Amino acid sequence: MAVLLLAEVTDGELAMDATAKTVTAAKSLGEITVLCAGGSAAAAGEAAATIDGVAKVLVAEDASLGHRMAESTAALIVSLAGDYEHIVAPATTDAKNVLPRVAALLDVMVLTDVSGVVDADTFERPIYAGNAIQTVKSIDPKKVISFRTSTFDAAGTGGSASIDTASVPADPGLSEWVEDKVATSDRPELTSAGVVVSGGRGVGSEENFALIEKLADKLGAAVGASRAAVDSGYAPNDWQVGQTGKVVAPDLYVAVGISGAIQHLAGMKDSKIIVAINKDEEAPIFQVADFGLVADLFDAVPELTEKL
Amino acid sequence: MKVLVPVKRVIDYNVKVRVKADGSGVDLANVKMSMNPFDEIAVEQAIRLKEAGQADEVIAVSIGVKQSQETLRTALAMGADRAILVVAADDVHTDIEPLAVAKILKAVIDEEKPGIVLAGKQAIDNDMNATGQMLSALLGWSQGTFASGLEIEGDHALVTREVDGGMQTIKVKMPTIITVDLRLNEPRYASLPNIMKAKKKPMDEKTAADYGVDVTPRLQITGTAEPEARAAGIIVGSVDELVAKLKEAGAV
Repeated sequence: MAVLLLAEVTDGELAMDATAKTVTAAKSLGEITVLCAGGSAAAAGEAAATIDGVAKVLVAEDASLGHRMAESTAALIVSLAGDYEHIVAPATTDAKNVLPRVAALLDVMVLTDVSGVVDADTFERPIYAGNAIQTVKSIDPKKVISFRTSTFDAAGTGGSASIDTASVPADPGLSEWVEDKVATSDRPELTSAGVVVSGGRGVGSEENFALIEKLADKLGAAVGASRAAVDSGYAPNDWQVGQTGKVVAPDLYVAVGISGAIQHLAGMKDSKIIVAINKDEEAPIFQVADFGLVADLFDAVPELTEKL
Repeated sequence: MKVLVPVKRVIDYNVKVRVKADGSGVDLANVKMSMNPFDEIAVEQAIRLKEAGQADEVIAVSIGVKQSQETLRTALAMGADRAILVVAADDVHTDIEPLAVAKILKAVIDEEKPGIVLAGKQAIDNDMNATGQMLSALLGWSQGTFASGLEIEGDHALVTREVDGGMQTIKVKMPTIITVDLRLNEPRYASLPNIMKAKKKPMDEKTAADYGVDVTPRLQITGTAEPEARAAGIIVGSVDELVAKLKEAGAV
């Protein structure tokens, strides 16, 4: 059985971590062909060919595929779908945008944010903000799946898969890209970072968020935020961790001034070690924290930064 | 232009869900239910389009059990003009899959011919994030997902999307399907007089069979389990103790 894996490609560059984790998630399903699509995708294709477990790489380059517009990307995947029983991708915003469209065009259901593979038809996925894990068996002839990358390890590199070119269907002409406002960051990427330091409403202001960033830099960590912090303008939206933001599972997650609402826990409770710093000892975050410190974050965070 | 807004009745977002002991699902008996939070944002945006003179009529649609009419009344109280209830399940524990919902919505759209559909980006119960995209595919329309900004300009819409690296703005051809993200707007509360008025607004009741849609699930649920519980943690007394514990655990 064959698997078509949509690689995460941004501005011609392969997101190695997300793609390699998806290779691990999908390897028991069959021989993997990775599809790299974009305005430019050749370099991404070469990088994808080095992932262990990849049998073949398809490169699809066309202006209509730049910025991965859903309509053109879905048309491409559907044109290739005949040869594959599983069509998979990492559960990024790109894949969440395009995969359900692919599934409906094939008249099959989509399985999103899959966290476990039982067999070729049976999968586990979290529901209700991660408060229950559902096991589902698909009766569809093709399975369209996005994988929650935080639950899988990245496959290694050293492979040398063959690279082919895929032909690109005509642009349906329904949408066009206008502009990107990319948040620039020198810090590790949130979903693949080994350490994440997150701030919540308790941080109080955008200026005070510098405390969180200093601690993060000391730990070589990515910076996260709760919805409250993002809504209040303390942090950009792409830092949001939770049910509707990013799902992370780093080795160490430090939650500062975050109460621990259900929706936030959904995005971080699979972290290996959770540290909570909060002045409210009743805060729900302490129920999932391995180490909790009941203290004013304005005293504790600078002291912690200094002593590490 | 008509605006169509699909709304879903889900467990209230503040309720801590309980998995049934026999693993058959989540216990929804006697649990507070509400409108899916993302759908409130979609309803609010539809009403704002009407208030701005860009839409003439706002139609709310819900698919599921009969009690979903409460959710539709909420949408009517917020300002929707009329509602369509499609009864497709007898029991609150039966969640109709996004593919079937999209097929029913397509049939409603074929009848109503809205110029734009505003849906939530995901339902907080099944966390699928799929219905809007599937609907767009079935109609052959454009899609603007995870919208935090929306401007309609003649035959197209400018949509600002929340994507992994920041924000992206795209231009989509109308008619279109937009799925809304948390930051698009702040939904209004329904006032008491509007709640009373909403009781007199029209609500059509239909069934999935009226639209010829088969709602049999493609994904058979074989079990529902509690997530693995975390081992109890400890409260440390000082920053020094925290640093020591983290070093001991090899975390720093």
